[in-house]
Amino acid sequence: MELQGKAHKFGNDVNTDYIISGKYKFKTLDMQELAKHVMEDLDPNFYQKINRGDFIVAGTNFGCGSSREQAPLAIKHANIGAVLAKSFARIFYRNAINTGLPVVECNTDLIDSGDELHVDLAEGVIKNKTKGTEIPIKPLPQVMIKILNDGGLASHFKKYGGFNFDQEG
Amino acid sequence: MKTTTEERGINLGQTIIEKILSAHSNKHVQANEIVVADVDFIMGQDGTSPLAIRAFQEMGGSDVFDPNRVALVIDHSAPSPNEGVSALHKLMREFARAKGVRLYDIGEGVCHQLVPESGMVGPGSLVIGADSHTCTYGALNAFSTGVGSTDLAGGLISGKMWFKVPETIKFVCHGRLPAGVYAKDLILYLIGDVTADGATYMAAEYTGEAIAALSMEGRFTVANMAVEMGAKAGLMEADEKTFAWLARYTDRKFSPVVPDADAHYALVKEYDVSKLEPQVAKPHRVDNVCPVTDVVGTPVQQAVIGTCTNGRLEDLAVAAKILAGRKVHPDVRLIVAPASRRIYLEAIDLGVLQELIKAGAAVVTPGCGPCVGTHNGIPSDGENVISTANRNFKGRMGNSNANIYLASPATVAASALTGKITDPREYIKENI
Ligand code: SF4
Repeated sequence: MELQGKAHKFGNDVNTDYIISGKYKFKTLDMQELAKHVMEDLDPNFYQKINRGDFIVAGTNFGCGSSREQAPLAIKHANIGAVLAKSFARIFYRNAINTGLPVVECNTDLIDSGDELHVDLAEGVIKNKTKGTEIPIKPLPQVMIKILNDGGLASHFKKYGGFNFDQEG
Repeated sequence: MKTTTEERGINLGQTIIEKILSAHSNKHVQANEIVVADVDFIMGQDGTSPLAIRAFQEMGGSDVFDPNRVALVIDHSAPSPNEGVSALHKLMREFARAKGVRLYDIGEGVCHQLVPESGMVGPGSLVIGADSHTCTYGALNAFSTGVGSTDLAGGLISGKMWFKVPETIKFVCHGRLPAGVYAKDLILYLIGDVTADGATYMAAEYTGEAIAALSMEGRFTVANMAVEMGAKAGLMEADEKTFAWLARYTDRKFSPVVPDADAHYALVKEYDVSKLEPQVAKPHRVDNVCPVTDVVGTPVQQAVIGTCTNGRLEDLAVAAKILAGRKVHPDVRLIVAPASRRIYLEAIDLGVLQELIKAGAAVVTPGCGPCVGTHNGIPSDGENVISTANRNFKGRMGNSNANIYLASPATVAASALTGKITDPREYIKENI
């Protein structure tokens, strides 16, 4: 999977309440509606700034807080191509993979807001085209690659009728 | 307070979580292995179940794996504050009826109180819940963890879940908590020490005489907040208190899971809690923790006692003890949300609620109360709230221009009396 877009940088500990506030998420299953409010408490105009395929780039512990799957779904429906962070909170990480939003662990100190990035998930490398540098990606566990390749956990279940990670051992 | 890191050697000793995951996957596992494990119980609440039901349908699910091992809880926005939420509640009721699973409707309480009260979960159980504070049942020596809606749907269909076996950090708490200092102060202190991502991808084991001395209610408070240090689970050993507590709710037999003496820990942290002061987490981070004495005098306009962290009988009773015969400060709104209907009734029987109401409390429906900004008390711009909840993120209670301080029920009650953050030790000379 190859992705291309501009970086929008945030800090450490971006929690799920910041990604999508509880006051919206309980109201609706319309993800397009939720997407308009993504990151609103950190940057009220964030949704307007996104071009399709852009990246959210953050520090440590991205997605901490609640288990709401609306968080990765709102990001995905806001046309964000992937989230790049130094580390992720575990429930968010699982939810992102399960719902087909690529999440990438890497050293985001080497990226500034506005940088043009090319992310190659298969090769495990990010090219920062603005800075002319390359940043290695921490590989995903095999189970997660399998789920992402199947198009998320729902498609994995549809395909196998349950969990099937046998090939990976 | 010293920290020791052990080198990983070759050993087969296991932590509590390694043992529970081994028993549920029929092989001897250790940290960092991936397992597909059998799940004993599954819970979803009204913020997460609607999406899980949609994922269940997308996956081609027909029946749930075992209707007796599933509970859906309407607690986050209960009763419904608007028609959007009402439609989602209806979807849950219809799904529960069609699949024959237990539905806790409005007024029954908050999910993390209802699951333990159901008697379905105890030592050695493996539980997933579509709510991040599912780690609460670690107080019962169970491995329970929060998952998202799609994971929940997978669990509902298959009765299984995949896990990476986490490493464990052991928190050894020596000494006894002083008067006026509670389980909430202890866990806030630990979170402040290890920070909000100090245990990410890991399990916490809490042990030592300070943990043993806690009531079950206090232990639930400590386990509940494991996720605020990033942990997947927060586990404790079972003892007579655990079994006495369980016996109130079930005849089911459970066997305790004890860590091996040669179990491997990623980190062992030791604390002496005998001089601990009441703690407060300041806005807008749970790990922004200080002794109450640092923030004494900060004005508050709203005080909240309740939530899955501190809405139990003991919590309401401590608050009532401070507020009995007194009046909440005229500039403060005190909101009380008992964690379950059972607790609500017990608090009435003991006269605890009467004291709180006479002091000026507004008692709301058992459930999440104003914790997550859906209803029941959204603060105004520039207001300060002191709450017994577990999160103080900006916007958490529905207004990003308000500030949330987290503290024990005693500190919240004392602050409600004076209208400013107050050291509860002025009112509590010995622990009840
Ligand atoms: S009381 Fe608060 S933290 Fe607990 S389950 Fe409800 S919303 Fe979540």
